[in-house]
Amino acid sequence: MGTIRFFIDGREITVTEGETILEAASKNGIYIPHVCHHPDLKPAGMCRVCVVEADGLLVPACRAPAAAGMVVKTGGNLVNKMQRLAVELLATNHHDDCLACGKNNACKLQEVAQYVGVDKQRLTRFQAQELRPVDDSNPFISRDYNKCILCGICVRACNEITCIEAIDYAFRGYAAKISTLSDKPLQDSKCTSCGECMVRCPVGALLPKGGVQAAYEVKTVCPYCGCGCGVYLSVREGKIVGVRGDRESKVNEGELCVKGRFGYSFVNHAERLTAPLIKRNGRFEEASWDEALDLVANKFREIQAEYGPESLGGLSSARVTNEDNYLFQKLLRSLGSNSIDHCARL
Amino acid sequence: MSAWNSRTEKVDSPTELAEIAARCRAAFARQKSRFVVCAGPACLAMDALGVLEEFRELIARRGLHLDVELLFEGAETQAAVVGSGCHGFCEKGPLVRVEPQGVLYTKVKVADVVEILEAALDHGKIVERLLYHNPDGSTCLTEREVPFYSGQQKIALKRCGLIDPEDIREYIAHGGYLALAKVLRELTPAQVIDTIQRSGLRGRGGAGFPTGDKWAACREVRGEPKYVICNGDEGDPGAFMDRSILEADPHSVIEGMIIAGYAMGAKQGILYVRAEYPLAVARVHKALQQARHWQLLGENIMGCGFNFDLEVFQGAGAFVCGEETALIASLEGKRGWPRPKPPYPSQEGLWGKPTCINNVKTLATVAEIITHGADWFRDIGTSNSPGTAVFALAGQIKNSGLIEVPMGITLREIVYAIGGGVPNNKAFKAIQTGGPSGGCLPEALLDLEVDFGSLRKAGAMMGSGGMIVLDETTCMVDIARYFLEFTVHESCGQCNPCRNGIYQMLHILNAITAGKGQPADLALLEEMGQMIVAGSICGLGKTAPNPVLTALRYFRPEYEAHIHEQACPALKCKELIAYWINPEKCVACGLCRKACPVGAISGERKVAHVINQSICTKCGICLETCPGKFSAISKVTGRQRTELLARELRGFPHNLATDGL
Ligand SMILES: Cc1cc2nc3c(=O)[nH]c(=O)nc-3n(C[C@H](O)[C@H](O)[C@H](O)COP(=O)(O)O)c2cc1C
Ligand code: SF4
Ligand code: SF4
Ligand code: SF4
Ligand code: SF4
Ligand code: SF4
Ligand code: FES
Ligand code: FES
Repeated sequence: MGTIRFFIDGREITVTEGETILEAASKNGIYIPHVCHHPDLKPAGMCRVCVVEADGLLVPACRAPAAAGMVVKTGGNLVNKMQRLAVELLATNHHDDCLACGKNNACKLQEVAQYVGVDKQRLTRFQAQELRPVDDSNPFISRDYNKCILCGICVRACNEITCIEAIDYAFRGYAAKISTLSDKPLQDSKCTSCGECMVRCPVGALLPKGGVQAAYEVKTVCPYCGCGCGVYLSVREGKIVGVRGDRESKVNEGELCVKGRFGYSFVNHAERLTAPLIKRNGRFEEASWDEALDLVANKFREIQAEYGPESLGGLSSARVTNEDNYLFQKLLRSLGSNSIDHCARL
Repeated sequence: MSAWNSRTEKVDSPTELAEIAARCRAAFARQKSRFVVCAGPACLAMDALGVLEEFRELIARRGLHLDVELLFEGAETQAAVVGSGCHGFCEKGPLVRVEPQGVLYTKVKVADVVEILEAALDHGKIVERLLYHNPDGSTCLTEREVPFYSGQQKIALKRCGLIDPEDIREYIAHGGYLALAKVLRELTPAQVIDTIQRSGLRGRGGAGFPTGDKWAACREVRGEPKYVICNGDEGDPGAFMDRSILEADPHSVIEGMIIAGYAMGAKQGILYVRAEYPLAVARVHKALQQARHWQLLGENIMGCGFNFDLEVFQGAGAFVCGEETALIASLEGKRGWPRPKPPYPSQEGLWGKPTCINNVKTLATVAEIITHGADWFRDIGTSNSPGTAVFALAGQIKNSGLIEVPMGITLREIVYAIGGGVPNNKAFKAIQTGGPSGGCLPEALLDLEVDFGSLRKAGAMMGSGGMIVLDETTCMVDIARYFLEFTVHESCGQCNPCRNGIYQMLHILNAITAGKGQPADLALLEEMGQMIVAGSICGLGKTAPNPVLTALRYFRPEYEAHIHEQACPALKCKELIAYWINPEKCVACGLCRKACPVGAISGERKVAHVINQSICTKCGICLETCPGKFSAISKVTGRQRTELLARELRGFPHNLATDGL
């Protein structure tokens, strides 16, 4: 594919053919407000917040491909009016409770409203009034219909990324809503609670239950399986309060499954062993790592001396990383044994 | 079926079809008297079926040789009875036409059948009283003489009401499938497309896209298989043009589809019909069966080596599924959602393959163009919109029904010459064209020459052909609200401007009709309307604001009256009017007091009556009850209402409530 040149607000831009106006703009650091577009997903062109004027026509930048020589204006009377109306229309159906919302300061609606500049008075007469019930059935994710702006990102995430297809639009027109099959609670659907939809929801309609802001983050690898998904742990007061996928990680590019994303509470569990135990007089007693490792090493030596190196065997775990498993078999081979197995085969 | 018939069920060559057509015409000629009873939807509702049965029964009782289907041999039939599709003049149904003279009887009841039969069969006479009567009392003998028909020119509706839609031979006798024969025998696909392109035919489904160009695009795109789809979804309220054609002349659509398939290299067609049209579905099925039987459809059509077959698909009833991309989605078993274009269906249609979608009327016109030539078609109508337009004429008009008129006819001719004007001595106020998302045009535009371009320029549109006449009692805010209610309900909910925008517009209109409009509302409505038109994904959102935008353009003072004076000039909006008894006219007869269902009227003998506004539900019964010679009750609005009721309150201390003010 060749490259083409076109203009955004007078600036000449070079892009690969087929790229949309929005992609081209963001690559060149030009902001175009948008809500229903997410770079991981196919463009939908539904919210019409991203409209720009391309060769005199209003087009959604997230969907319209840039064309050679095209003259794009990201502002002007027409564009401003359309963007403002689009944002105001979304806002009329959004229960704004920003200070108490888990998405405050990270919300796309706030972002575009700020950029576009809305007049709250214009449509306040028609603000959606009655509150709809929140779907709290899922243990990890809460879905607040009062904040949903029907951008469809969650639906596309579930279809395109996870291929679970647990949710879709239901009903028509103003009554349209995101729903599971037969409009059942999320928990009773085929949703796997992976949260891929949740992390992409531009507003506070999909939020992790009990989520709090982190004090700092720690980059690590998910301990649940050998895939080795990159994660960032959110830490606050020395405890893990959340996990997010590492978009830079080549393994998962930011995606996670339900265990990796939500299954961290065991870390702080009261019954979790945090020190090695040595059985003395029929009872397990806490010991230091040096003590424990010395004991194991001595026992290995004794066994090897008496029965030969092949008499040792090792069992590893599906719950550690590939690298740990690799090191484990290396260790056993260096001890002279080839008897290595894995708990998943037991 | 006769022996001759079974021998030649298959049409082996185009030449053979011509011979068969001649025999069909001869068979027609042998029918001495032919009674064509309209069995269209409106007439059926008025017991046309009873009339049809009565004809059959009485003829049978006379021991006459009765034709129930066209017979190729045997003696002359003395009487044939046919149930046809809609004749168009539904207002006067049930209609019966007696051929070959073409005598038209209107509003025929079961009891009239004896007289019609006797007049036709025994005396060679006419039943005067059942003829159409002009307003001046003179009568019309045949359709041609009736003004409703004489201003029309029929192409797509040519055979509707003329033939028995369930008998392919009647279609053939009237030239049916001869265009297909001509195409298969003489024309290359490129020539067919060229003919359609030169004819200037534009799609009758609403947008008016040049049909020949669409076919050419579909032909050029590579991809196999290709599909031809006939759009018979027709979801506009009150529209029944496509239904009529499918019910009255299904073969004309099928023939058009086969020709389209030949032209663009498609072997498969799909006829998408609303499930709410069971009769159309049944008729189409029957027609398909007959056409296959005669080798006019399916493999090796007319022995020419061309294969094309058709399937019927029943739509599930959402208006938006008439939009072509939504229609395709629904055919694929998906949610009926439009998607942005491009890619157009000709590029990526059903199952991602090149697909051509045309409206029923478009396809029903194709064979006529092939038969008579592109120039013939071009000579009809206007230069930008050749041909005819089919409208369902409805609302406050004397002759409602289905009409087909040459493009370029003025609205005035349609309303007055064909439609007979506004009934009940009311004045004309507006005409709404193009269905729920068309526009309302005022009296000043009655001389507008109707075609795709002129209507669009005026802010309305051709749409699928709804045409509603509104009289002076219509409030233009209320009517816009009514149309918006429909589109709000039918929006698919996908894109923000349509889902939320027209809903908000509806709310503003609701507020205005309730007297709660604000001065900035009109500018806001206009801005929202323009943006929704510019910003919606599909035609539904792009046209939904039309009724409001045109009303604001042509009837702005009426909107301003609602907002600034709390007045509904048409006296329609309940919240802005009051029923008021003029004490100077009231003779205290007490009739209204007795008639009022909620007991809102008080008064005694010899004391002028008064309506308690806090009880009155504005049902209007009192107004109808008060004898015309007194005419003491009227509807009042705006400042007049405020003043009169205030004065009344001062004068009548018992009428204390002020809620109604
Ligand atoms: C909301 C909506 C509803 C429509 N409904 C119909 C319909 O009922 N029948 C129809 O033929 N076209 C309908 N159309 C137009 C179709 O999308 C399409 O343009 C048409 O079928 C093409 O046929 P034509 O070229 O013969 O006009 C509708 C369009 C929109 C936007
Ligand atoms: S949590 Fe995962 S499976 Fe469930 S709806 Fe969201 S994306 Fe689909
Ligand atoms: S829940 Fe969030 S992602 Fe899903 S449609 Fe609503 S706003 Fe968009
Ligand atoms: S304009 Fe309306 S009907 Fe069309 S796609 Fe958008 S929401 Fe759906
Ligand atoms: S409008 Fe109806 S309710 Fe009101 S006074 Fe007249 S009859 Fe009674
Ligand atoms: S019917 Fe008319 S005249 Fe009679 S009491 Fe009522 S308002 Fe008066
Ligand atoms: S971001 Fe482009 S339409 Fe929503
Ligand atoms: S249904 Fe009989 S004339 Fe229309």
